[in-house]
Amino acid sequence: MHEVSICAAAVRAAVAKAEEMGGRRIAVLRLRIGALAGVVPEALDFAYPVVCRGTLAEGSRLELEHVPVRCLCEPCGKEFSPQGAVYACPSCGVPSARIVSGRELELAQIELE
Amino acid sequence: MEDRLIVDFAQAVLAENDRMAAALRAEFDRRGLFCVNVLSSPGAGKTALLERTLADLAGQIPTGVLVGDLATDHDAARLRGKGARVVQVTTDGYCHLEANMVRAGLDALGLDGLRLLIVENVGNLVCPASHDLGEHARVVLFSVTEGEDKPLKYPTLFKTADLVLVSKIDLAEAVEFRREEALAAVYGVAPQAEVLEVSAKTGSGLEHWYAWLRERLQPRV
Repeated sequence: MHEVSICAAAVRAAVAKAEEMGGRRIAVLRLRIGALAGVVPEALDFAYPVVCRGTLAEGSRLELEHVPVRCLCEPCGKEFSPQGAVYACPSCGVPSARIVSGRELELAQIELE
Repeated sequence: MEDRLIVDFAQAVLAENDRMAAALRAEFDRRGLFCVNVLSSPGAGKTALLERTLADLAGQIPTGVLVGDLATDHDAARLRGKGARVVQVTTDGYCHLEANMVRAGLDALGLDGLRLLIVENVGNLVCPASHDLGEHARVVLFSVTEGEDKPLKYPTLFKTADLVLVSKIDLAEAVEFRREEALAAVYGVAPQAEVLEVSAKTGSGLEHWYAWLRERLQPRV
């Protein structure tokens, strides 16, 4: 359940920005979550209203943008979207450790009222 | 809605943690200290491995250990008296260590004179994956009693491993451990990782683990 601390970190940064902008309320908070970020979206949804309580983000909506995993196969020099836990190249079958995207855990954007 | 203001961030949610971790790593480098983050599920044998490692390396490599646990200092107590400096970090229910907890633990430990810092993370194969602690390498333990497909079940963490230690190898026969299947799972999920098979009880394979550590020690400063 480290999603609580992840939500809290995102809300902290968003609230600091909202305060900087004259204390406007946050309406929407958007996160980009890679499939390999190690977070469970449902747990974020569950934690979000709790960590927003009593802040400028209270009552705001959490929107998640999911980023799929992309790998590079070094022998083939091609990018691919892996299926399952073993990131085997669809052309040559060699498992790839070169993860191009999918580890994102980013505060993307906020909307202020 | 017309007067809503959109503010773009595109910053890591854990930017604060990442900054602190980068500062820790810079400090380790300045001091010529190699830091490993040791991870596994609860009961895979992290503390047993470290007990044996500290005893075997005593007097050879000045070592400090930070031990993370949800509660109690039982693990730190097991590791004391073996020639290393040991500090327990209790996370008060947190399921993983964060860089600020490591920072606080290091203030208690003191880094002067150390060449190796071992951070024993909270037993958990999920949450610690996201948090950089300033380590130079991640070591993931996976015991023969846990099932050959463990890496397939927890790929996110295994994909961050530099070294996978298959632990409790002395029990392999008793639990009918299917070695080829387990090694194939590790290789498939974590092709970047080196793999060693070890037993903290019999000492089997430990010379390779010690060699792995020695190769990574930084030159004395």
